[in-house]
Amino acid sequence: MSNNFPFACNSTDHFSRRTLLKAAGASGLLWLTPIAQQLARANETEPSGKPARSVIVLWMQGGPSQLETFDPHPGSEAAYGSKAIQTAVPGIELGEGLEHLAELMPDVALVRSVVSKEGDHERATYNVKTGWRPDPTLIHPALGAVMCHELSDNVEIPRHISILAGQWAARGGYLGDQFDAFKIGDPQGPVPDVTPRVPQARFDERIQRLQALEDEFARGRLRNLDAGKTLHRTSINAATRMMSSAQLKAFDISLAPQAQREAYGDTPFGRGCLAALRLIEEDVRCVEVTLNGWDTHANNHELQLGNVKILDPAFAQLLRDLKARGLFDSTIVICAGEFGRTPKLNPLGGRDHWPHGFSMALAGGGLRRGVAIGETSPVLREGKPDVERDVQRPVAVEDVHATVLTALGINPLDEIMTPVGRPMAFSKGRVIEDLLG
Amino acid sequence: MTSIGQRKWVRNVVFVGLCLVGLGAVAGSLLSRNRVHPPLAADATVPQTASFRATVAKIDGEFRDSWAKFAVEPAARAPDLTLARRLSLGLCGTVPSVEEIRALEAQSPDDRVQWYVSHLLEDRRSSDYLAERLARAYVGTEDGPFLVFRRRRFVTWLSDQLRENKPYDETVRALIADTGLWTSSPAVNFVTATLDSNEDNQPDAIRLAARTTRAFLGMRIDCLQCHDDKLGKFSFMDSAGHTRSGEQTDFHHLAAFYSEAKQSPTGIRDDLGRDYKYQFLHADEETVVQPDVPFLAELLAQEGARREQLARWVTHPRNEMFARATVNRVWAFMFGRPLVEPIDDISSTGPYPPALETLAEDFVQHGYDLRRLIRLIAATEVFQLDSRADFEITGKHEHRWAVFPLSRLRPEQVAGSMIQAASLSTIDADAHIAWQLMKFGQTNDFVSRYGDTGDDEFTDRGGTITQRLLMMNGNLVKERTDENIVINASTRIAALADDQSAIEVAYLALLTRRPTTTEQALFAETLAKNKSGNARTHALEDLYWVLLNTTEFSWNH
Repeated sequence: MSNNFPFACNSTDHFSRRTLLKAAGASGLLWLTPIAQQLARANETEPSGKPARSVIVLWMQGGPSQLETFDPHPGSEAAYGSKAIQTAVPGIELGEGLEHLAELMPDVALVRSVVSKEGDHERATYNVKTGWRPDPTLIHPALGAVMCHELSDNVEIPRHISILAGQWAARGGYLGDQFDAFKIGDPQGPVPDVTPRVPQARFDERIQRLQALEDEFARGRLRNLDAGKTLHRTSINAATRMMSSAQLKAFDISLAPQAQREAYGDTPFGRGCLAALRLIEEDVRCVEVTLNGWDTHANNHELQLGNVKILDPAFAQLLRDLKARGLFDSTIVICAGEFGRTPKLNPLGGRDHWPHGFSMALAGGGLRRGVAIGETSPVLREGKPDVERDVQRPVAVEDVHATVLTALGINPLDEIMTPVGRPMAFSKGRVIEDLLG
Repeated sequence: MTSIGQRKWVRNVVFVGLCLVGLGAVAGSLLSRNRVHPPLAADATVPQTASFRATVAKIDGEFRDSWAKFAVEPAARAPDLTLARRLSLGLCGTVPSVEEIRALEAQSPDDRVQWYVSHLLEDRRSSDYLAERLARAYVGTEDGPFLVFRRRRFVTWLSDQLRENKPYDETVRALIADTGLWTSSPAVNFVTATLDSNEDNQPDAIRLAARTTRAFLGMRIDCLQCHDDKLGKFSFMDSAGHTRSGEQTDFHHLAAFYSEAKQSPTGIRDDLGRDYKYQFLHADEETVVQPDVPFLAELLAQEGARREQLARWVTHPRNEMFARATVNRVWAFMFGRPLVEPIDDISSTGPYPPALETLAEDFVQHGYDLRRLIRLIAATEVFQLDSRADFEITGKHEHRWAVFPLSRLRPEQVAGSMIQAASLSTIDADAHIAWQLMKFGQTNDFVSRYGDTGDDEFTDRGGTITQRLLMMNGNLVKERTDENIVINASTRIAALADDQSAIEVAYLALLTRRPTTTEQALFAETLAKNKSGNARTHALEDLYWVLLNTTEFSWNH
């Protein structure tokens, strides 16, 4: 039995380290801890001076193979014949099929050395979306939920959205269900449940009636029943405001020019990325777009390439459009799945789950561009995975979260009181210095 | 005759058939009162026994003392129908049917509550529903490892245990210590839910130890897994009555009880003597950790497999944490809020709120009888208090249980209630299979959109925009309110009843109460203006829609 379950909790160990850090930061002492140094440096080197405001998560459900996407090793044992292409950044290669993205490599940062301990889809999805391992005593909020909690705006439509939401869409966790992502399917179809089922006049009449009944229920109960407890009328008001909001048009990609739609690719994921762009233009905080089908336990090379060809045009066009609209510095795009895939091919030509060294791509939001951090070894080995031996510069999942939060101007170490009466930092990760600015 | 003509003819026959079925159902639900059977079980007489009455009186006394001490005035007793709604939501996950309400009102006012509890407990719906709620505490809501974890099978087994009213300690011993395949010995799914793909698909002793302490002992000692307790959060009492604070070793001595559990082709078995090894914080290497319990060590018997030893210790009559944890959870099912919050963080040294110790003692003394526990809670004054009062209610009243606490309904309760409310007659195991299937499928769709609360189900939370949109404009609501004579009540009521009864039936079906005079007048006015067939149906649809969208419908109160 190994020590493989480090729950984060309010141990005095954590407190003392944190307190020290805060003291160090406040007094400007020279003996800053490495983390504090990183934080301080991050603040100095923000390019636009303003932190990012929005995030788009391109969610690769199933676990993409690092070897066929962002960390290729052509000609190695682990490649099993899969090819790589040159990018616009000398020395950085991408997997075959990522030709559009390769041109934009000067705008993208790759982290090729993410490691985690979760090898099950559900648990690993939780881990990557929240930056925490599943904890039976409380549910952590996904990145988008933290953003909605910490950043303000005047958006009339949901501020946290999951497009092509799978089984495990981003959640509000202990911050509350009101921070759950609003789920929609293929943007080709209508937004669910925003159209009244009866003519507007009849709908308005229904709402009027409803208000009359609500007063009857409030009688003899808590004085601030709605605002302080149920949020029922509050959410009805927000919902009706949304139903008549002009911002709803952002979901309707048929309003985009034909050429733009084609550039993203005629796929649900492509349409999802286009909708994400339109939503970010309306100042939505976080949009998650899911591309499923990376769980290639058989026939890995062919299936990965199929998905890569869906991802490539959409990802690249999204970056181009964000830049063209001046939204690139205020928006962080993250492309990640729950884990990577085994270096060794199984007898079915598939790769299995591999949390011991996988890749993510990040772009925008003032993050450093055109770099690749770390890499995994392409040498096949028997026995237990050994991260120290096989991963150069390992980065924990929570480190990515701490970095992104910092770029958003949210201090990862800020604590919030959870419903179980335990204060929690937004992230316990270390900021990845090489990614900031 | 052409084939098109034939198809049309067939369609007409089908349509007429459906209409007849619909009208039959209406007539059945409005006229017949015989479908709700009187309770049969022998335990229906339990509430008349002296020991039952003594326990209820003791709890009532404890709360009265507490209210006096903290100077809060308790609310008056809630109406019978409100109590019926609470019981039906807590035990079956839906509001009562109009059929049940009629049967309830035919009982003598003195024993309506216990009559209704008996009625619900004898219904398969309640064991199924309670099994699902308990399963969340045992194995969470995750899908778990493929093939070797069978959640459905597990919940069905739990439901059978409840239906047969098996002593609860027996059930828990099976969960901790059973052996065999996940299909033929469903209890082992408690263990297989933790099979760890990083560890050669073997049970995860650490997760099992954490689950065991939380679900069965109501203690969160997860933090001790990584380090000693430095915040004074966990203390254990030894046999001499001295308290000491928790240490990292406490957790791993407990986890060591699961080290023998092994996954094999014949399912979960015990490899006797298999060691548990762990590298403690600040230690240089792994050491063998022996199984041991953090308190009441004198209750631990050394014979048998390690899991058997643990199972007997957890459920030992003198291990009071087991009864406290159970009482707290059942209380939460019935009130929507546990006595001690968070639900699985009960102090082992006290102090305890009113009712907890008394109910826990009674639970042990009466053979871990869950039904008796449910009946006791239902019989207490505090369960029967109103959630509103003619004096000003503050947070303090809710905190001290001087009013019944408001809690948001869980998604499956909302869906179940909506589907039930559209049917008038009870959708239970006797209901037509099509109804049951429809209820199952639609509930699942709805729950995923409404937002499942997962394991974390007793946290105080308000409504969301997605939920409101779903209730205002969603499919399930539309189908339950529009002109479909077979599946929805509003058109059926429109077809038969006069205005006043139509409004009353809608209120009973959705809110389990009659309308106030003002409400009756409000809707009667609209109905009076819309006499013709279609207009009248629309007006009734609107009435249904409005009631479905009230706070009152979406909350337990």
